[in-house]
Amino acid sequence: MSSLWEYANPQKFMGLSGRMLPWTAALSSLCLTTGLIWGFFFTPDDFRQGSTVRIIYLHVPAAMMAINAWVMMLVASLVWLIRRHHVSALAAKAAAPVGLIFTLIALVTGALWGQPMWGTWWAWDPRLTSFLILTLFYFGYIALWSAIEDPDTAADLTGVLCIVGSVFAVLSRYAVNFWNQGLHQGASLSLDRQENISDVFWFPLLVCIAGFVLLFVALVLLRTRTEIRARRLSALLARERMG
Amino acid sequence: MMPDLGKYAVAVLGSYAATAALVAALVVLSLWRSAQVRRALAEVEARQAQTAGAPAMAQGGK
Repeated sequence: MSSLWEYANPQKFMGLSGRMLPWTAALSSLCLTTGLIWGFFFTPDDFRQGSTVRIIYLHVPAAMMAINAWVMMLVASLVWLIRRHHVSALAAKAAAPVGLIFTLIALVTGALWGQPMWGTWWAWDPRLTSFLILTLFYFGYIALWSAIEDPDTAADLTGVLCIVGSVFAVLSRYAVNFWNQGLHQGASLSLDRQENISDVFWFPLLVCIAGFVLLFVALVLLRTRTEIRARRLSALLARERMG
Repeated sequence: MMPDLGKYAVAVLGSYAATAALVAALVVLSLWRSAQVRRALAEVEARQAQTAGAPAMAQGGK
């Protein structure tokens, strides 16, 4: 385990992330292109949902990553709060806009899918409502980082906000199981073959999920590297000002 | 080649267009900020290296 903590050193992190970034970006492009072309052009219409089933290749991976991004931010924030590693605080900060974009994609594609299937763009159903609250937490988290000048205080307070928001990340995932009501269906992906979607949709969906995960990793690496450079830049400028 | 999306064409194509726009905006903004910070850091590091080098050169000239 000690080797993992080595990457809390900004220099080591920059070295590793610099090597990983081109691979994750290229693999993400490959998976997204393959999965989306496969899903859009080479899968049939669903017997109930018709051609709208093609939205699954965007909606499900985006919603999964919106929740997983918050979980990643929670882990990074806890590492900051407990062990005071700056790279983890900056990684959490870097992941927030990526997670926000995934939540927005899930909300927009969900509304566009819901209108023809449910007859409404929006319903105050447990999963949708908890997901909307998670989106507001993302906005609040990003706003809090920009509102506080001292980076360590900002990391502390956003870390606490992240812990509170995790309740809604968990609710977004399990609201359907907890309340068993509302319009939203249960899990699209399950190890239970009875519950799971048909193989013809499942395989391209898995490729799209891999693409979204890799896109998230690539963007978080890129943005964390930017945050580390920005932190060094402000330290150098402060030293210059002090003469 | 293009599948017949029927009456749901707007919903399906709208979803793909909205996703493409949001992801493209995020990628472009991330790359733009990365390039901006990298350039600013290189400038400051070069400037500080010059100022640190100037007294040493002056001492070496004496």
